[in-house]
Amino acid sequence: MIDLEFVINTLSLGSLYALLALGLVLVYGILRLVNFAYGEYVMIAGYAIFLSATYLNAPWYLTLVLGVFAAIVVSYLTEIIAFRPVRTKSVDALIVTSFAVSIFLQNVVLIAVSPRAKPVPLPSFFSETVEVAGGTVPVRNLLVIVVTAVLLIALSLLMKKTVVGMAMRAAADKFTTTRLMGVPANVVISTAFVLSGLLAGVAAIFWVSRSASVDPLTGTGPLLIAFICVVMGGMHSTIGAVVGGYVYGLVFNVLSLTLPASMVSYRDAFMFGLVVLFLLFRPAGIIKGGYTEERVG
Amino acid sequence: MAMLTVENLEASYGAVRALNGISLDVAEGELVALLGINGVGKSTTLKSIMGVLRPTKGTITFQDKDITGRRPESIVKRGISLVPEGRDIFGTLTVEENLRLGAYVGYKRDRYRADLEEMFTLFPILKERLHQAGGLLSGGEQQMLAIARALMGHPRLLMLDEPSLGLSPTMTDQIFELIVGLKERGSTILLVEQNAERALDIVDRAYLLANGEIEHAGTPDEIKRQVNVASVYFGDETDGDSCEVEQ
Repeated sequence: MIDLEFVINTLSLGSLYALLALGLVLVYGILRLVNFAYGEYVMIAGYAIFLSATYLNAPWYLTLVLGVFAAIVVSYLTEIIAFRPVRTKSVDALIVTSFAVSIFLQNVVLIAVSPRAKPVPLPSFFSETVEVAGGTVPVRNLLVIVVTAVLLIALSLLMKKTVVGMAMRAAADKFTTTRLMGVPANVVISTAFVLSGLLAGVAAIFWVSRSASVDPLTGTGPLLIAFICVVMGGMHSTIGAVVGGYVYGLVFNVLSLTLPASMVSYRDAFMFGLVVLFLLFRPAGIIKGGYTEERVG
Repeated sequence: MAMLTVENLEASYGAVRALNGISLDVAEGELVALLGINGVGKSTTLKSIMGVLRPTKGTITFQDKDITGRRPESIVKRGISLVPEGRDIFGTLTVEENLRLGAYVGYKRDRYRADLEEMFTLFPILKERLHQAGGLLSGGEQQMLAIARALMGHPRLLMLDEPSLGLSPTMTDQIFELIVGLKERGSTILLVEQNAERALDIVDRAYLLANGEIEHAGTPDEIKRQVNVASVYFGDETDGDSCEVEQ
């Protein structure tokens, strides 16, 4: 029963979730902030694709670029405008701020665009299927695997080979000491938000392609999934987030296959149950990180 | 003329006052120690100079510029480097990456290569461990890496916070020798130590801190005349830290 189709579908789901989780954990690693506005970056990217396609008549590739760009810009701006002023205050202040940003962004699109779902046009090849080893697989699923692999490689090169990457890893370990090297705190934090926005933006393309629509509450799903992946994989390392993403994809697809038809719609309940088990028996997640719990001061 | 001048510095942790008006200065090429038992405000003074902690009162002048309350990154740029207490090596980064971040300010490729070679001469062990994670080094090796990391930035003033803490006697000897060597090379150093007796053997001048205030100041001879260093500040009986030996 483990056929190639299952493997590809699991990898594709896992890839999407890994992207989402990684974007959440990058900011957490530096600021110790669970950014509850993270899902809104996905939502904003969806709207940017919708708006640029509908009002600018932009070709599909341009709409996708604009979508990712919008997520990056909004992520960066939320850091500058909302998080930076409260950064040296308590973690509680940061978390409450992230809720505020989330509610604010949802209401901006609700008022400025519409409370109703809007169609997101994606290139037709997204929904086409190809024959792979006797099974039919949507092109979209192959695409997300490739795009994720490329992004993960690029990101790990950035983290390992560049000074900014080194500084980010150092800052996730010891933030104050990193500043003592002369690395500006703002650069490290802004970079984390830009990368977080980039990952959310790319993930958004594949997230909205499932329903081909976007509405003001589109961000809640990605946020929840990213959060679950991070709890399962481990909050303290980027590897943990990626592992969590693929584990989520695997468990979810196994449940889809093995649960009786009447219970398949309760897959999410099983996933939440799994999270509870993790929190009870392995709160550090699959990959335990060695990071200290230092707060940004 | 003084390179660093601290005047009437006051600092608090929340409601707890840690410094009650510290004044001190360090001249170019000098090796100055800030001595005292645990919790008198030695580290707090360094943190305030470094901008990690914002002073509530007083001024800090470095090379004729007021640097009071500036950000750590801008103070590092001006040429002050702190080797923090507990070494604070980036444990998840390799030794080389630690050194590379030390050279973050004013990085130039050629100079970086030359500086690395110089560090390997000063600390041969670092060359052997270049690609290992910093967290895997022993306490003494981490201290060497922390000092090397600070030197990579070519600081005009090097501040060392308890470099001998938790090290074996042999390793402590090595670190003190190194400090003397750095001074002979022309470095300006502000050294914080609990081990007052050892420190007084090597420094030009020293300040003795108690309860967030400077109690005594002067050359090692003057200090030794004013107080019984061994009984009060070396703290044989009270200082639990000196028993903490790490290889």
